[in-house]
Amino acid sequence: MNAPLNPVAEHLAGYNFAYLDEATKRMIRRALLKAVAIPGHQVPFGAREMPLPYGWGTGGIQVTAAVLGPRDVLKVIDQGADDTTNAVSIRRFFGRVAGVRTTDRTREATIIQTRHRIPETALREGQVLVYQVPMPEPLFKLEPRVSETTRLHALGDYGLMQVKLYEDIVQHGEVATAYNHPVMVNGRYLMSPSPIPSFDNPKMHMNPALQLFGAGREKRIYAVPPYTEVRSLDFEDHPFRPIRAPHACELCGSTESYLDEVITDDQGGRIFVCSDTDYCAERRGE
Amino acid sequence: MNPLLEARGLNLRFGAVHALEDVSLDLYPGEVVGIVGESGSGKSSLLKVLAGMQPADAGSVAYTDAQGTAHDVLRISDAARRRLMRSEWGFVHQNARDALRMNVSAGGNVGERLMAAGSRHFGKIREEAAHWLTRVEIDTARMDDLPRTFSGGMQQRLQIARTLVTRPRLVFMDEPTGGLDVSVQAKLLDLIRSLVADLGLAVLLVTHDIAAARLLSHRIVVMRHGRIVEEGLTDRVLDDPQHPYTQLLVSSVLAA
Repeated sequence: MNAPLNPVAEHLAGYNFAYLDEATKRMIRRALLKAVAIPGHQVPFGAREMPLPYGWGTGGIQVTAAVLGPRDVLKVIDQGADDTTNAVSIRRFFGRVAGVRTTDRTREATIIQTRHRIPETALREGQVLVYQVPMPEPLFKLEPRVSETTRLHALGDYGLMQVKLYEDIVQHGEVATAYNHPVMVNGRYLMSPSPIPSFDNPKMHMNPALQLFGAGREKRIYAVPPYTEVRSLDFEDHPFRPIRAPHACELCGSTESYLDEVITDDQGGRIFVCSDTDYCAERRGE
Repeated sequence: MNPLLEARGLNLRFGAVHALEDVSLDLYPGEVVGIVGESGSGKSSLLKVLAGMQPADAGSVAYTDAQGTAHDVLRISDAARRRLMRSEWGFVHQNARDALRMNVSAGGNVGERLMAAGSRHFGKIREEAAHWLTRVEIDTARMDDLPRTFSGGMQQRLQIARTLVTRPRLVFMDEPTGGLDVSVQAKLLDLIRSLVADLGLAVLLVTHDIAAARLLSHRIVVMRHGRIVEEGLTDRVLDDPQHPYTQLLVSSVLAA
């Protein structure tokens, strides 16, 4: 952070450091400061056109660009993996336009941009986790009017969300949101955790790292500052329960990590492996 | 005894039309007041103003809550009005579909107000919802069905259960029996009457159905062109109408 105008590292000529111009980055930083000051509150910002389509992480990229400095080390994950198209493209993008060092290692990174996961390795103070958010409004499926959801947030009127959980239990016998399970931040704002698995929800609570959320298409930014209370919505007699496949990772044998189911052949063969590739590799001693 | 709701000098204009002209009204705890009049007489506007859903051009509405605190309904903050709406008041719409969530089960519809009021125990919410469904004579086996599979009369009863579940002190009813067939109307009126008596509710009932007003209300207010032309005890107003308009209204009721 605190990017000097002439960065120390080499980056692609003809582009400003980290692609966005300084005025835009300042605008985004202002929105970020406000978001950090009001945990869980959605702050509008002037999202720019980015050189990738909406839905691929334009919000996350803009937030990363705004907080990135030449001495930062960037890690990008997509569903926990460092080696998928999306993650590779975004990492290479910042490698080019900012000349920053990139890594696969959660421990080495100062900024981690993520799509739909929180790394298994515990984050520490000073790290920044940037989420790509497709839909920042947790109430959008229940209340289509933005003016009304804004009012509901202002009044802290979240009975509607509870009704949705009630309906889940009635229909499925349990709360059926395996991902994007809504959370209350700092006891005040209802927040969408972006589509992370509910398995990851508890990691947001009292996390030492700064968590920033960027929604490019919806033009919203929100944040969870370090050491902030994040509680998943539930009922007293149906407590929130993170869901994990009841298997051990086929590669590293972990019984703690979040697993992906991978189809291996046409005969119905399947294995369960860690979704966090860095965590899995580290356990295997690579 | 102090009035629960006290309206003074209400005025409301829509362009050249006087929807309300110098309307004053008191409602006491446990009292059912019927507001009758023809279409366009201002009775629904009055109900909306009294419930704080529509600002008035002039006048005041004071509501005294269970703790004895007075609220200036027309100048109250949005948050405070919602709190009243959630805990102290209920609103029964003419069309149940305006009030119900059609894609949420009957139990969820009844439970919504409980959850909005802070209830977070699934079992207790269900128990309470089942209790209220029984009270409005809906089979608890239908609890997890969507309201769109209900008949019109059932939907209206569901709306009443949903409104009463938080035990409000004051209920606004806008033509609760409108759009239902006559036998269903009769049953619903019967139900409302027994619930109101059991719970000691104060009710402001807007209707153009004189028979419904006679059955339910203790007092009747007759409106015409935005003014109250006559008010008094139900039997007195309907059996011995003084104002020519009231006489016309009463004489126009078809005797079965």
